[in-house]
Amino acid sequence: MSRWKLLVLQVLVGVVAIAAWWIGSSVKIAGVLLLPPFFFSTPGDVFARVIRMFATGMVWRHLGITLLETALAFAIGAVGGIVFGFWFARKPTVAAVFDPYLKMVNALPRVVLAPIFMLWLGLGIWSKVALGVTLVFFIVFFNVYQGVKEVSAVVLANARLMGMNERQLFRHVYWPSALSWMFSSLHTSVGFALVGAVVGEYLGSSAGLGYLIHQAEGVFDIAGVFAGMFVLAAFVLVIDWAVTLVENRLLVWRPQSALLNE
Amino acid sequence: MSAPDAPPGPAATSAIRLDDVRIAFPIKGQSTYEAVASTSFAVAESEFVSIVGPTGCGKSTLLNAVAGLVKPAGGRVSVLGRPLVGLCREAGYLFQQDAVMPWKTALDNVALGLEVAGRPRAEAEREARDWLTRVGLARFADRYPHQLSGGQRKRVGLAQVLIRHPKILLMDEPFGPLDAQTRQIMGTLLLDLWAADRKAVLFVTHDLEEAIALSDRVLIMSAGPNARIIGDHRIDLARPRDTADIRLDRRFHELHRAIWSELKAEVVKTYGEASA
Repeated sequence: MSRWKLLVLQVLVGVVAIAAWWIGSSVKIAGVLLLPPFFFSTPGDVFARVIRMFATGMVWRHLGITLLETALAFAIGAVGGIVFGFWFARKPTVAAVFDPYLKMVNALPRVVLAPIFMLWLGLGIWSKVALGVTLVFFIVFFNVYQGVKEVSAVVLANARLMGMNERQLFRHVYWPSALSWMFSSLHTSVGFALVGAVVGEYLGSSAGLGYLIHQAEGVFDIAGVFAGMFVLAAFVLVIDWAVTLVENRLLVWRPQSALLNE
Repeated sequence: MSAPDAPPGPAATSAIRLDDVRIAFPIKGQSTYEAVASTSFAVAESEFVSIVGPTGCGKSTLLNAVAGLVKPAGGRVSVLGRPLVGLCREAGYLFQQDAVMPWKTALDNVALGLEVAGRPRAEAEREARDWLTRVGLARFADRYPHQLSGGQRKRVGLAQVLIRHPKILLMDEPFGPLDAQTRQIMGTLLLDLWAADRKAVLFVTHDLEEAIALSDRVLIMSAGPNARIIGDHRIDLARPRDTADIRLDRRFHELHRAIWSELKAEVVKTYGEASA
């Protein structure tokens, strides 16, 4: 499919969805509105609200806070995941000892941790960062662990016969392999960092996109809720695009088909 | 011409020497699997020796024992007159599967061998370019392994091994996964590169024609388990050889017939067990 054809089709899906929403919320069918504006708002209202959010400039502060929380959660979670991933993969005894506890913590729905983090870290950004870290850490951890474990035995034997010591093995074999696994899950881990930030804000904060949405819900301002969601979705698209750029730069050595499979 | 378990020459002149080497693997539930029975042979310096045998006979295992990747259950492996301890650092090993690092370009892969030895990056890179030219990949220096064909990846692997100037070369069916034409081209390339400094080579293959075309001596290994060397043939074909043209030589056919008559019985044995 050509690029333009694809783009036209993608836009068409959006247009049809918005048109259906608009008809449902403003055209009476058999005397009733299928999507009453009180519950569903209207495309016009939401659009006007989004414009106003940007025109008054009030949204930038919230976007900035959410972005900061996301970036911090990702950075801290990734560093922790890399360190522990390597440590556990190279020390099977340690991995075996901690295995049940890791599984236990990972199985815990993170939302239940949010109030605890708020008690510990307050209502500022750090309780949100902590929530994101608990999500990012495990994704990075499992991928790095797998990346170190799954190094091809032949490549490893070749490297050893080449005379590599432990440090060189780390630099030339384990590290690139682990990084490739980590980067293949970059979309997921960045996405989860954002989820942690927004859910944290939603549950209790004074700034951020999650806070905006929560405030609007509190006063039954459906247009505000939808506007917040649209800004959030657009924000995710931009982050995702940035991640793709990073990925294409760092994973040039990977065959294209392997990238498509992720 | 056949001399099973030929007594090896004096240790001082052997590049590789095996004395009564046995290899066994533990198997769950049973005691052990005796892969290779007591085996002795030697590879002289600047000698090209091939081991042929049916699939799964343990010839690769024997090669891994020389490399130090597998620890023999008994006997002794000596390399350049010294008993082997741990990994064989003097050896260059060319694997059957792709062993180059997929995350490094052809150039970086080849330079790696020197960088690991502590040579400065610029120097390693210069020499790596030189080796890429020798294996015919000068234009592909910046490609990653997945952007190269199977034959080209093998060339990178060959350059990666040879740039370190190992004292002995161990090759485990290195051209096995390649198509017939590429194999012959690679064989001739290997012989050309080898002729420059004639290292001792131990080459494992199941392709008898390839073994005869390349080697000074061909050893035949029996079907496993308890595989042994059951034949030792000197290949008196003139060098330099072209691995494609040499197959039309009359002497080649005589040698092939003689060795195949011994090898055939072992291949049939393996096949019979597999289908039983």
